[in-house]
Amino acid sequence: MSKVIEGLYYSESHEYVKVEGEYGYIGITDFAQSQLGNVVYVDMPGEGDEVTAGEPFGAVESVKAASDLISPVSGEVVEVNTALEDTPELVNEDAFANWIIKVKLSDSAELDALMDAAAYTAACAE
Amino acid sequence: MKYFPQTPEDIRAMLERIGVQNLDDLFAEIPEELKLKGELQIPHAQTEMEVRRTIGAMAAENRPLCCFAGGGVYDRYVPSMVGYLCQRSEFSTSYTPYQAEISQGTLQYIFEYQTMMARLTGMDVSNASMYDGATATAEAMMMCVASAKGKRHRVVVSQTLFPEVLDVVRTYADYHGVTLCEVGPDAHGLTCREAINAALAAADVAGVIVPLTNRYGLIEDLTGLADACHAAGALLAINSVASHLALLKSPGEWGADIACGDAQSLGIDMGCGGPYIGYLCTTNALVRKMPGRLVGQTVDAAGNRCFVLTLQAREQHIRREKATSNICTAQGIMCLHVAIYLALMGQAGLAETEQTAADGAHCLCQRLAALPCFEQAFPESAFLNEFTLCYTGCRPLADVMADMADRGFLAGIASADGTMLTLAVTEQRTPDEVDALVKAFAEVCQAGCGTNQ
Amino acid sequence: MNNTYYGKLIFELSKEGRRGYSLPANPWAAHHTPIPAHLQRTTPAALPEADEQTVARHYTNMSNNNFGVDTGFYPLGSCTMKYNPKINEEVAALPGFTQPHPAAGDANLQGALRLYYETGRILSELTGLAEFTINPYAGAHGELTGLMVIRAYHRSRGDVQRTKIIVPDSAHGTNPASAAVAGLKIVQVKSTPEGTVDLDSLRSVLGPDIAGMMMTNPNTLGIFETHIPEIARMVHECGGLMYYDGANFNPILGVCRPGDMGFDVMHINLHKTFSTPHGGGGPGSGPVGVRSGLEQFLPNPRVLRRDDGTFTMAECPEALGRISSWLGNFGIIVRAYAYLLTLGREHVGQVGRLAVLGANYIKECLKDCYKLPIDGLCKHEFVFDGLRPEYGGEHSDPAHVTTLDVAKRLLDFGFHAPTIYFPLLFHESLMIEPTETESKETLDTFIATLRQIAEEAKTDPDMVKAAPHHTPIRRPDDVLAVKAGKFVYQPEA
Repeated sequence: MSKVIEGLYYSESHEYVKVEGEYGYIGITDFAQSQLGNVVYVDMPGEGDEVTAGEPFGAVESVKAASDLISPVSGEVVEVNTALEDTPELVNEDAFANWIIKVKLSDSAELDALMDAAAYTAACAE
Repeated sequence: MKYFPQTPEDIRAMLERIGVQNLDDLFAEIPEELKLKGELQIPHAQTEMEVRRTIGAMAAENRPLCCFAGGGVYDRYVPSMVGYLCQRSEFSTSYTPYQAEISQGTLQYIFEYQTMMARLTGMDVSNASMYDGATATAEAMMMCVASAKGKRHRVVVSQTLFPEVLDVVRTYADYHGVTLCEVGPDAHGLTCREAINAALAAADVAGVIVPLTNRYGLIEDLTGLADACHAAGALLAINSVASHLALLKSPGEWGADIACGDAQSLGIDMGCGGPYIGYLCTTNALVRKMPGRLVGQTVDAAGNRCFVLTLQAREQHIRREKATSNICTAQGIMCLHVAIYLALMGQAGLAETEQTAADGAHCLCQRLAALPCFEQAFPESAFLNEFTLCYTGCRPLADVMADMADRGFLAGIASADGTMLTLAVTEQRTPDEVDALVKAFAEVCQAGCGTNQ
Repeated sequence: MNNTYYGKLIFELSKEGRRGYSLPANPWAAHHTPIPAHLQRTTPAALPEADEQTVARHYTNMSNNNFGVDTGFYPLGSCTMKYNPKINEEVAALPGFTQPHPAAGDANLQGALRLYYETGRILSELTGLAEFTINPYAGAHGELTGLMVIRAYHRSRGDVQRTKIIVPDSAHGTNPASAAVAGLKIVQVKSTPEGTVDLDSLRSVLGPDIAGMMMTNPNTLGIFETHIPEIARMVHECGGLMYYDGANFNPILGVCRPGDMGFDVMHINLHKTFSTPHGGGGPGSGPVGVRSGLEQFLPNPRVLRRDDGTFTMAECPEALGRISSWLGNFGIIVRAYAYLLTLGREHVGQVGRLAVLGANYIKECLKDCYKLPIDGLCKHEFVFDGLRPEYGGEHSDPAHVTTLDVAKRLLDFGFHAPTIYFPLLFHESLMIEPTETESKETLDTFIATLRQIAEEAKTDPDMVKAAPHHTPIRRPDDVLAVKAGKFVYQPEA
């Protein structure tokens, strides 16, 4: 079974947001990484770029598949996880510890549209 | 029918196993009104002897001409070895090498091709998938825009590119939604640098595309261009005739982000226009934005070196509408042509070939410019194996070219308005042929003119 | 067994000072004009240096590591790997075709233009369309060209808001990719459980922004879309055009025609249906045909027949533009023309019938071992969804024998693998297309082999999962290939 962490917000496209103050850390869930297999590349935006809820901001690639990263929230990218540039397999090792981008949230109300851990667990089981 | 191995008995047994009466029953679900009723009105079947005769007669209808035309396609000598090895059907009848375990032949020669093209262009990596130089340049344009991640939609392109290349780039730009900013030549027949700099002032330039040797045969001086592009946040793509890179400063040395063009000049017959192979090389930084197939080195389960198609997540079969391109082709056999040609020639042979061609072109240029009907169009600009003359004769240039063809010469490519003629020389042209061409021009240009031109 | 010395890379066989060429002495040395120093190459390209025999042995040994249609059966779904006739190669190599410069002009290229024109006429008759361009270099290039035709048509009517193209979810990935290059947005329609287009889903997306619909028929599951006249009517009524992806044209060759089904634009893959060699992935050729009324939008140059019977390369003002330098992959067109003449009207009708016979025969002989998600008559190909559960194919079991394992095991028996993991509608797609040039004996051997593999999957799954065992290399490490990023040769440090 895939890991799901309490207290995070989840999207239907398998991204999570971990909120700390006015910032959100966005990554893909453990379920998503397990579906993809060996992640070999993470395509990330640049710092200062704007991301919009529901819009793609990058992609994760395995050898035989690629998946868009859909931003669960809107805001400005204040940091990207540069460790993933050289070691994208960190996403497989621990998807929740290895977030992809850190965003300054522009509208915290957007979080209300996301799922909590229980709802996401149920969604994955479908 | 020699291509169908099924005997009537085989067909009967197979139909029985399937559980239908006859072959037409296999199409039972197709609505009757869609089915062909009468016989198709195509030619009657021909035997192998007849096919050879029919098509042989068509081949004979093309006039064999001594070729002084270029324009991106050159009459290069193709060593016997190239065609001989490329005909091996283990190579020619194979598919795209998805099953690496039984495709190491294809994968290895593509890897060699990639390495050779990267070294020739001075770039980090090469793909193996471009149809021709024109479409490769259009792909370079789209790659510039894709690399800007939707933030820049304008590409600056020099009008000194070969006309066919420019036309194809225009078509792709039109439909793909790229704003082209075309820059014309200066008085010396070279891309106008002030115009490029002016165009780069716009904030949304994704890339600049210029030729290395241009439509007039002239060598462009690209000093400082890469820096200017990069300072403006744009990529630089350089289109060049692959064989010219044996002598000319390579796209990598000029600081290009993308090198593209046609590799027909590397051992491929002119063949009425194809097949050729385009090339597209780039830097490691841009490899994921590169279109087309790419072979990489790895190891197999036993730890031995082997080769596979890689970075496939960029491609259409995985990324669908988000792919870097719709290209599916791996231009396999043409990669093999180029790899074998370059393996035989090496840098030394290629340079010797180009130097012979260039010296021949300079000899011919001098001799033709001495005729009353021609003068050198851009005398202050350097050229390699191709040059452009202004035509000042009294007869229409088209008539002159037709007469030259009657004398056995494809005597260059005339501009549409009949004022300029561009000629190319390759290592295959002999002093006798050059003498004969000059003599023929002197007579043909003169014919029907008054004594005072 | 391959010679291991010549099995190295050409760079490792290179030795400074070796020569593989002979050139005449430069007769123009007296006219030598140096290139200005700042325009000269400063570092020579490190190309190999090798003698002729080294090159001959190197590439000959390399060819022994390759599998082609001439080596064995290639049941690759959607790829139509039929026999590549040798007379085609011979006529394509005639100097009259290999030597001319493409800019030689109409008067000097009459033979080439005649062959191009005649090929187009035959393709028109076979497809029920009015005119073909053979300029596109490949199937994907044909798709792009055809979509540009559709956009040029709408633009010519001032109907510029038609920016969307409908693509079924079962379509090959190239369709949406080509649409994106052509500047069109993709609207996906669902398949029914039977694998055909869902008419309700289609109806719901039709509107004034629809430029057209891309389809192949039979579809990628090998199923003929019997509703095609109604689908075409619906799309036409909304103002869109119908695009036929000719990847699957082989089974209906001589049986029915896309033009009669209501398609307006189509491409053909000469390297599939018309027997030209795949060449390790290229060069191909992707002619595009259009119905009457759309000819003027075809790309320049167009090859037309004049009243006096001669041929000309014409530039038309309404054309969508230019998509190739010259007349496409002319050498490939010659090969296809030779094949068309060999088939002739007498044999063309057998191609599709015999291809469909072979596909259904394999399907019927294997469906007790492999899961057949959609039963009934197939056309040129069909899709299994992996092994049946009783043969180790239970998908929910993490240790199940996968389609990849079956495909790799086939290689050990001298067969190419089928297309795997496409279409995306099933988890374990195994897509098989025989073609009409395979004998019953070949098919029987293939069937027996796949049955044996099914037994092996039950009795010795680990052996199957470690396959192949007898190929030039074992399974390669795809992850390492991406991570190592070695796309060019670098000498070991």
